[in-house]
Amino acid sequence: MGVEFIYPEFEVIRNDNRCIACRVCERQCANEVHFFNAERGVMMSDETKCVNCQRCVSLCPTRALKIVKSDCKLRENANWQDDTIKEIYKQANSGAVLLSSMGNPKPFPVYWDKILINASQVTNPSIDPLREPMETRVFLGKKPDKVKRDANGKLLCELPPQLELSLPVMFSAMSYGSISYNAHESLARAATELGIYYNTGEGGLHEDFYCYGKNTIVQVASGRFGVHKEYLEASAAVEIKMGQGAKPGIGGHLPGAKIVGDVSRTRMIPEGSDAISPAPHHDIYSIEDLRQLVFSLKEATEYKKPIIVKVAAVHNIAAIASGIARSGADIIAIDGFRGGTGAAPTRIRDNVGIPIELALAAVDQRLRDEGIRNNVSLVVGGSIRSASDVVKAIALGADACYIATAAVLALGCHLCRTCQSGKCNWGIATQRPDLVKRLNPDIGSERLVNLVKAWQHEIKELMGGMGINSIEALRGNRLMLRGIGLTEKELEILGILHAGE
Amino acid sequence: MKVEGQIRIPSGCAIAAVISKEGKKMSGEKIIDSMKPMHDRSNGLGGGFAGYGIYPEYKDFYALHMFFDQRATRKNCEVFLKERFEIVKSEIIPTRKIPSITDEPIIWRYFVSPLKSVLASMQLDEKEFVARTVMQINTEMHGAYVFSSGKNMGTFKAVGFPEDVGVFYKLEEYQGYSWTAHGRYPTNTPGWWGGAHPFTLLDWSIVHNGEISSYDANRRFIEMFGYKCTLQTDTEVITYIMDYLIRRQGLTLGEAASVIAAPFWSTIEDKTNREDKEKHMYLRTLFPSLLITGPFSIVFGFDGGLMALNDRLKLRSMVVGEKDDKVFIASEEAAIRTMEPDAENIWAPAGGEPVVVRVKDGAF
Repeated sequence: MGVEFIYPEFEVIRNDNRCIACRVCERQCANEVHFFNAERGVMMSDETKCVNCQRCVSLCPTRALKIVKSDCKLRENANWQDDTIKEIYKQANSGAVLLSSMGNPKPFPVYWDKILINASQVTNPSIDPLREPMETRVFLGKKPDKVKRDANGKLLCELPPQLELSLPVMFSAMSYGSISYNAHESLARAATELGIYYNTGEGGLHEDFYCYGKNTIVQVASGRFGVHKEYLEASAAVEIKMGQGAKPGIGGHLPGAKIVGDVSRTRMIPEGSDAISPAPHHDIYSIEDLRQLVFSLKEATEYKKPIIVKVAAVHNIAAIASGIARSGADIIAIDGFRGGTGAAPTRIRDNVGIPIELALAAVDQRLRDEGIRNNVSLVVGGSIRSASDVVKAIALGADACYIATAAVLALGCHLCRTCQSGKCNWGIATQRPDLVKRLNPDIGSERLVNLVKAWQHEIKELMGGMGINSIEALRGNRLMLRGIGLTEKELEILGILHAGE
Repeated sequence: MKVEGQIRIPSGCAIAAVISKEGKKMSGEKIIDSMKPMHDRSNGLGGGFAGYGIYPEYKDFYALHMFFDQRATRKNCEVFLKERFEIVKSEIIPTRKIPSITDEPIIWRYFVSPLKSVLASMQLDEKEFVARTVMQINTEMHGAYVFSSGKNMGTFKAVGFPEDVGVFYKLEEYQGYSWTAHGRYPTNTPGWWGGAHPFTLLDWSIVHNGEISSYDANRRFIEMFGYKCTLQTDTEVITYIMDYLIRRQGLTLGEAASVIAAPFWSTIEDKTNREDKEKHMYLRTLFPSLLITGPFSIVFGFDGGLMALNDRLKLRSMVVGEKDDKVFIASEEAAIRTMEPDAENIWAPAGGEPVVVRVKDGAF
């Protein structure tokens, strides 16, 4: 109290006329906001602990609860805003780096929202996806430069390993440890049912999920947690994680408190030890080293699986991608600065990296200018929020999109941005058994399937409107896009015209 | 207002073609007539023809048909050509003055052969060299435009209705074993002769009806391989795609058709012939960016034959008919009946089903 006190960010509003003191809110809140005052026979709350995850609101049987932003504000100041000042207090209290979770919440431009999609009128018929076939299947992987034939002139139909997706959407990397067993099971089962892929993240693959291997991308990150022969063999593809959009340039830190039981075994590190991923891979200090790791993994998997290299979108991304495209990698995954995370230093999350829209446009054009676009497929994430974002990304030049925040939202996440606490009331970003069991994988996988199928319908509608009946014909088709309210420079980088042109 | 090349202009169209499988020569008259009943499919802003076998006396030389904006441009261009080619003949393409065709540029043709020394120093084969030179003139030489560059074939096009364009170029004086024709309905006024069809590169010529929705995906892909889409028309990009697939990748006509009008995945999966299925899976996976969507019907002309192809949903009309040694292709049956009132076996090929007609070996 006193100088250390920071007024709570949220207020819990309880309608006493509706509250029946059933204590559901109390049992549901891992943050211990709600408690029962036996003397007065009423529910009370300690708002200092509330993170606004909406769990109590969602489960209150009488809709007696709501959480609102507190209006107790410091004196207004355009330069020294409330958050800025409170962060100073926090750091003066603790002497520590500020931590936060999920994607960059700052009001940077969202280019997806400044891009509009075309439709056919008169000169070209739109196509009704309910009456005509509408194809969303894509293949990710290297496409050879030259057709080969045998001595008799017959086509040699051999291709480097490809990932086949029923639509160009995949679940992006979230490690077992950062998210729960049930969350992983939900993702694995949904990916299998949808004919797409999910990504293990850097925490290894739980032995129970090897059966979903053909829809699993396994990750090899700087900590190399849980990487072994069977892990690589179980997968459909291997992803080398060089960086992450939410925290480019730094590693990861999963606190020892989360390294319990199966998480410890899957990561192959002792229980209770912190899992620290170094900022760089210590065997990759330059592009030629990356090439060696790419080929080590190809050797280990007998050249049967595509190798993905995932990088964060940073200033020089086009040149970096060009290097990766010549490294032997089959797929490049680029993660924009709005990508989510289970924990990141706030300053990094909010200030490092660039928007995925610009990175994608720059990389796709650069690879085409160099004539090496066919060497690799491009997968983009961070953040793709809807079917129209997917369509815009494909038209800018992506082969597929990674989604993770949207996926956890489907699982129940309410984006309270406090994953780092490990007390996720929705059973996603937690290892506490009592919380994990709140996420039922039967329901979770069904909700993920629903979400992606809904997007698929919307993608087909948008494609049909443009008179395009196969998603291949949309890829890189920038004439289908127009910018709105963008500068000449922004349009130039995006490679699109302004609306009205 | 921006002209074609600075902006993409969609258009609707009429197409027609005729070929003699025996290689018998026909004058351009019939093909001109075929466009008359389809008058309303054009709007007077572009028409053109391609004839094959029309230059037998120069059949070993590339026939460069060119537009120039002024005499000085032509003189400069000739200097450029002489550094690269032996020019065996250069002349004005004969035309007749008619009221319906005006504002013509300087129209000239050259029969040329690449200089061996230049080929050797650039380490290029003859066709690649000619293709690159054409591309270079069309992108870099302001006011000069090569609109035909094949051997023993030629393209004739203008702003106007196709039947007038045929009269303007005196096509009745040419004898060819195959002819294609095009009438254009652009949704803008390009006012520029280069924008008319057929569009050609080397021996390939394309007449096309439709507006492809995959245009920019196709364009951005094909431009990786040295092609420059200066006109921003569908026809241009389709021509380059065919050149890339057939000449540079060595695909057959049928295989190229399976790339640009690929069967649906479900159709491929249902195929019972394993080899056929594998081939289609392979081609579609290898060349996803060359799939063409949206409506099109095209007649693709090449040395010794024609291929007609519709988009895979058949969003544009196209019919084929036969009579004796001749095969007729057109947007409407009326056009075929004009060329041959007793045409037989009139049928509408299915979407994505290529119709390939070849002149029998040694017939010309």
